[in-house]
Amino acid sequence: MKPASFEYIRIDSAAEACAQLAEHGEDARILAGGQSLVTVLNMRLAQPQRLLDISRAKALDYVRIDGGKLVIGASATQASVEWRPGLAKEVPLLALAFPNISHFQIRNRGTVCGSVAHADPSAELPLCLALLDGEVVLRSRRGARVLKAGAFFQGMLMTARQPDELVEEVRYPLASPGTGHAFEEFSSRHGDFAIVACAAAVNGDGIRFAVGGVADRPRVVTLPRLAGNALDDALNDFAWELEARDDPHASAAYRRHLVRQIGRRVIEQAGRAIPSAGGH
Amino acid sequence: MNRLEQEQQHLVTVTLNGVSRSGRAETRTLLSDFLRHELGATGTHVGCEHGVCGACTVRIDGVAARACLTLAVQVDGRRVDTVEGLADRDGMLNDLQQAFRRSHALQCGFCTAGILNSCTDFLERVPMPTEQQVRDMLSGHLCRCTGYTPIVAAVLEVAAARQTQPEETIDA
Repeated sequence: MKPASFEYIRIDSAAEACAQLAEHGEDARILAGGQSLVTVLNMRLAQPQRLLDISRAKALDYVRIDGGKLVIGASATQASVEWRPGLAKEVPLLALAFPNISHFQIRNRGTVCGSVAHADPSAELPLCLALLDGEVVLRSRRGARVLKAGAFFQGMLMTARQPDELVEEVRYPLASPGTGHAFEEFSSRHGDFAIVACAAAVNGDGIRFAVGGVADRPRVVTLPRLAGNALDDALNDFAWELEARDDPHASAAYRRHLVRQIGRRVIEQAGRAIPSAGGH
Repeated sequence: MNRLEQEQQHLVTVTLNGVSRSGRAETRTLLSDFLRHELGATGTHVGCEHGVCGACTVRIDGVAARACLTLAVQVDGRRVDTVEGLADRDGMLNDLQQAFRRSHALQCGFCTAGILNSCTDFLERVPMPTEQQVRDMLSGHLCRCTGYTPIVAAVLEVAAARQTQPEETIDA
């Protein structure tokens, strides 16, 4: 349970990270919070030749509101977002999701961008980014490009990031008036990987609903403002579309069951959470 | 930018419980092993070595974090607080440790060092937590002796006591 040897490079800026990534590509790995990466290093599931440690890069440690989005830099910890006093108004879905992400001690060091870059299919932060149609900024020496979450997540632990690119920041859209949000997940114990995680955003135009932990990436469906049997039917169709598989934690049938049950609950909760027009 | 070669010993200096301490570490040396083997600070325990059990939790610049998921070279120049720093210089247990003792919040004690560090950080941020908040915080620690109930009781007791008797400022 000790990592294999590697060269360690402390990075102070995006430009330094991009220079190293341009030179070393897949031989180098970005170390941000390390709450997933050091685990797999300890288990020797990964043995990169170089670690590029951005955890102390002040230039990448920012959380700010810009252009109607909550913008989170590559070195910003999950705790630095979770403990923002205004988070429940800014991005209510994140405020609902954070308590489900592992544990207090892990969120203290784990980063938001690191979770998005890791792209675990059961992870909450990618699920929220997908539901809210957020953005990922990828930077390399060739320049920067901005991808929607739907284009960034490509499969189990797979993303559109090229070997020379840094996930420089992620952008979660701020809540729009008249939209309610809800989040719920099921796991064996609090803080464990989600067997099924569901998020919903509901407003007068309809429903956006997303599921993590079932398909190989967070999956989103847009529905009209359904209720009752029509909603159950739509959720059942979506549950089958996810192509759930049996694994040691849960059967495919049980996962579909959870998507139908938790899905209906979060959609109804999100509907009830729509702020009243008077702002009360 | 700072580049450290693999398979070589690098000097790492930390402020451990208020005292500047230096030791040697390879890039791959975990903070948990650096504290125990290089600095002799064996109060930090090592359980699962993949971030699940919480036994190795220390405070890095005041923030509770897993020493087993942190490289020693990452904390060069930073403040690291461990269980050894909780009691005063004469060995008098602090209020949290005393509450753990009164409430039987430990039996074998393997998990206790990590839990005390988490509680120390947590109570600074949430001075009057609910039982549910305490249980959520403790979910990052495995304790196989107590069933957690006496730990929750100790934390709530300390939180309440600190409200009525604000902790004296001991920083010199």
